Amino acid sequence: MNWDKKDLLGIKELSKEEILLILNTADSFKDISKREIKKVPTLRGKTVITLFYEPSTRTRTSFEIAAKRLSADTINISASTSSYVKGETLKDTAKNLESMKPDAIIIRHSMPGAPHMLSKIVDSSVINGGDGAHEHPTQALLDLYTMREKKGKIDGLKIAIIGDIAHSRVARSNIFALKHFNTEIICSGPPTMIPPYLDSLGVRVEYDMNKAITNADVIMMLRIQKERGGISYIPSIKEYSTIYGLKKEHVKKAKKDVIIMHPGPMNRGVEITDEVADGPYSVILDQVENGVAVRMAILYLLIGREA
Amino acid sequence: MKILIKNGRIIDPRHGIDEKLDIYINGNIIERIDKHIGEKGGNVRVIDASRHIVSPGLIDVHTHLREPGYEYKETIKTGTMAAAKGGFTTVVCMANTDPVNDNKSVTEFIVKQSKLEGVCRVFPCGAITKGLKGEELSEMGEMYEAGIVAISDDGKSVKNAELLRKALEYARLFAIPAISHCEDEDLSKGYVHEGHASLLSGLEAIPSIAEEIIVKRDITIAEYVGSPIHLTHISTGGSVEAINKAKKQYRKITCDTCPHYFTLTDEATLTFDTNTKVNPPLRSKEDVAAIKEGLRNNTIDIIATDHAPHDFTSKDVEFNIATYGISGLETAFALSLSLVREGVLTLNELLKRFTVNPAKLLNLPYGELAPGKAADLIIFNPDKEWIVDKDKFQSKGKNTPFHGWKLKGKNLLTIVDGNIVYRDNTF
Repeated sequence: MNWDKKDLLGIKELSKEEILLILNTADSFKDISKREIKKVPTLRGKTVITLFYEPSTRTRTSFEIAAKRLSADTINISASTSSYVKGETLKDTAKNLESMKPDAIIIRHSMPGAPHMLSKIVDSSVINGGDGAHEHPTQALLDLYTMREKKGKIDGLKIAIIGDIAHSRVARSNIFALKHFNTEIICSGPPTMIPPYLDSLGVRVEYDMNKAITNADVIMMLRIQKERGGISYIPSIKEYSTIYGLKKEHVKKAKKDVIIMHPGPMNRGVEITDEVADGPYSVILDQVENGVAVRMAILYLLIGREA
Repeated sequence: MKILIKNGRIIDPRHGIDEKLDIYINGNIIERIDKHIGEKGGNVRVIDASRHIVSPGLIDVHTHLREPGYEYKETIKTGTMAAAKGGFTTVVCMANTDPVNDNKSVTEFIVKQSKLEGVCRVFPCGAITKGLKGEELSEMGEMYEAGIVAISDDGKSVKNAELLRKALEYARLFAIPAISHCEDEDLSKGYVHEGHASLLSGLEAIPSIAEEIIVKRDITIAEYVGSPIHLTHISTGGSVEAINKAKKQYRKITCDTCPHYFTLTDEATLTFDTNTKVNPPLRSKEDVAAIKEGLRNNTIDIIATDHAPHDFTSKDVEFNIATYGISGLETAFALSLSLVREGVLTLNELLKRFTVNPAKLLNLPYGELAPGKAADLIIFNPDKEWIVDKDKFQSKGKNTPFHGWKLKGKNLLTIVDGNIVYRDNTF
């Protein structure tokens, strides 16, 4: 299996073989972060730009660390410090960046399709770091990596995704990825946060979270997307946390070896209690750790090999 | 000038003509339609239309010419050149210009500019409310005197039902129809149709009920006050069903759809091509089937273009912030001819929806071929294949999702008021 794509725009465009190639490649990069000298020369002389129009801590840092551990030079551009605030369009920003010959651009944007637009303008590899409610492919890949690492396999898993499904790019990308495997996916959340036609993706919708998490191997909690108007879909945060906040007693309904995942940032006390987030079933920090290895793998596959 | 069109297959739905005849045009009127008309005297331009079809010039009840105010998107000149190329001899231009066509001075400007620079007939549509704001009635009486043939706040619905009621009542004074853009603005905060495709793209979506609620509301108001209502750019199966049902008990309802609503589905938006961003949005394949059925069973009376030309920059941005609309005048007729090949409509029924039905809606003396009538006609070949090239558009708006499509059926010659205003370079 060879990688032949210029960009990583979404999971939707990936085959199962490509997903497995990324996960397997990540395996070989995971050790590097545990060494005393956490650096290999793989991407020496390459330039990686992170272009973030939306706030991010994890994803951007994770990409930057991944690139640096592979010896690439990294430049971070965020909306608040870019010409975006002076009214420059994405197209012009892209053309200007392209003139400086980067090898990869990682873009996060509030509008679906922005990475696709960027990829048509630039010759560099474009990596989607999250576009609106559309996709967040690297998050889904690190989630699958973590599931495989903790459970030994992805096939056969029962995965409950809980929360604001409608506005969640994490949920979409995870569903697209998990559908390549023999998995049972149950989505749960307030009916206003379950998009119409969701079942057409081959997932089961269960409004009652208690039923959704029963016998689950994986519980994936999502945050309310306040920046996408998520708050107007529910009467109050308090009521939401009463009905859909994951508490210790819920976890008992799941399989004994259930893992609790969350893409971050968490709203502690809203969708997840401290006890659960910091408890023995939580793999939330493992996700973050694996994120670096998965993003190293993606950078390597996209720009690390000679043509 | 005298023009003799020989050996064409003449189709005129108004008079039920479909046979090989000659047409003799003297000045700006049709003088004779008959078999084997000879050239009497000199100075007659003879056009051989054998193997082609001659029909009344098409009438578009829904065009945006953008002038005044948005001349960088389109002008009356370029818009009417696009119309002529597409086979249209009459267009109705919507009021959302800058300034809005909500008073007689703007109407007068459009009428004057059309006489000066337009290559086909232009009839303005006046705004229902001042500034399209949905707050006060515009001076439709004065605009009527200046030349409007309909009223519409196209681009949005009149949100206030009481105000719409008053507008429908008041417009009866001039016997002009109201053209209703059906969209509940609270339900339509999105960019694409709400369905499987929007689930995949994550784009904020507009449910079909955003249109259907207003279709039903506007029909209810029109029926209550006894005024005519024309529902424009109908895009959903639910709307077709509601209109079909309502027409059975109230006769003054008409509606139109546009070629993109029976040609494309919401799947086209998955590429994030901003040329597929249009309002109402491209709907599901079930809706497309329902629109075709609505055309077949006469629920949908008219095919309009909703020609919405835009400058390159306003489409060359992220999908969310791109403008809505398709530059449609130059592809509408060819796209519609596929309905004939698919068996949805006969050629005669299709031409009805482009000629006699719009003429009837707007009370215009066009859309027919008869001695003594204006010489507005086209010669087209329904089988001629061509490839859509946006760069060859007469319109300034190159925003088409059909660029590169191979279409079948081409307008070859357009005559408006006895003048040849367009001739295809292959004819």
